[in-house]
Amino acid sequence: MTEADASPARGRRRDWPLWEVFVRSRRGLSHVHVGSLHAPDAEMALRNARDVYTRRQEGVSLWVVPASSITASSPDEKDSFFDPAADKIYRHPTFYEVPEGVKHL
Amino acid sequence: MYGNDFSTPDRGAPEAAAMPRQEALADPPGFQELIDADGRIEPRDAMPEGYRKTLIRQIAQHAHSEIIGMQPEGNWISRAPSLRRKAILMAKVQDEAGHGLYLYAAAETLGADRADLLDALHTGRQKYSSIFNYPTLTWADVGAIGWLVDGAAIVNQVPLCRCSYGPYARAMIRVCKEESFHQRQGFELLHSLSHGSEAQKTMAQDAVNRWWWPSLMMFGPSDAESTHSEQSMRWGIKRFSNDELRQRFVDMTVPQAEALGLTLPDPELRWNDERGHYDFGEIDFTELFEVIKGNGPCNKQRLANRVAAHEEGAWVREAAAAYAEKQKSRTTGAVA
Repeated sequence: MTEADASPARGRRRDWPLWEVFVRSRRGLSHVHVGSLHAPDAEMALRNARDVYTRRQEGVSLWVVPASSITASSPDEKDSFFDPAADKIYRHPTFYEVPEGVKHL
Repeated sequence: MYGNDFSTPDRGAPEAAAMPRQEALADPPGFQELIDADGRIEPRDAMPEGYRKTLIRQIAQHAHSEIIGMQPEGNWISRAPSLRRKAILMAKVQDEAGHGLYLYAAAETLGADRADLLDALHTGRQKYSSIFNYPTLTWADVGAIGWLVDGAAIVNQVPLCRCSYGPYARAMIRVCKEESFHQRQGFELLHSLSHGSEAQKTMAQDAVNRWWWPSLMMFGPSDAESTHSEQSMRWGIKRFSNDELRQRFVDMTVPQAEALGLTLPDPELRWNDERGHYDFGEIDFTELFEVIKGNGPCNKQRLANRVAAHEEGAWVREAAAAYAEKQKSRTTGAVA
């Protein structure tokens, strides 16, 4: 269940490269991250992902992405990074007052 | 399955348990508050070194247990009594491999390297659950493992689904979902035997007699002797004490044994109306510690099999890597 934003220590490895696995559980839903695995290439990563993460028909589609290709935001700057959204409560419908009795609004 | 995260009292923890007091004190700001508020720690968050090391040790040990745990049952795949039982057993053993992989991946989010973890298992620096050092002597053992060993594992693992470390908790949710089939198939297998011929019933009873006490030991030493329980509780890694979980397992298993028509090998086992729980006899922990030390019936065999499988598979890993390299160079060659 390796996360895309895992620790930097994982760059150097004697193993096959690491892949992050995403599964679409059924049509109509988007792919969701389910974990990770090691595989020598994309084709094997897909096959391994099928065996490791969809043994019980958990998915109808799989993505595998080299973990090294993912750029993630830093948890250290999560405050400054996401702050700009915090003071804009007028983006939510509950910010507005609606006179009593008005419907479908 | 489950990895016992404890070691013999004279040795201390197998690896990384003793953390300097300073590290324990120097929590990153907001860390303990987040845990106290039942929040989750995610991979790149700042965390105390002790927390990281404890988790790596526990998750790796858990992963090792899943992988080694394939052996006792794998022993019976070729001799399963019917195609139905064989298909079930193969699916179960394959699940154990999958569980090991979820868990290794979770450990890797903490900066551990897969090759290092395997190396730690192969050289004995990290342990796996002592339960897998017992032999599977008859077909009924497959049932007893599913019912008792996986049953105990579920009791241990359900609280881990709420562990403070996100990737571990998420791995445990997957594991627990799959584990319930493991327990049921074991129960059903024993039920067939205990309602079969006299010889089959005797075989089922014998297996239960041998697996009952080791299953109780899976919960670890009694609370009084448990070394790193307290810190793990504070960190939200552990939610219930060894004795609480053991009691929960006994309470839930006794009625199931009655349904099977089998007895549990403990003359002191009886319902205590006052406590609202079953009382049970004292556990011989010297046996547990002997098995952990490497003196169980199958320690050497299990590890030797594991190392051999790894070494004999080396050429496959190398060939696959070489093939991937060749394909890559061809693709880049074609573009250029």
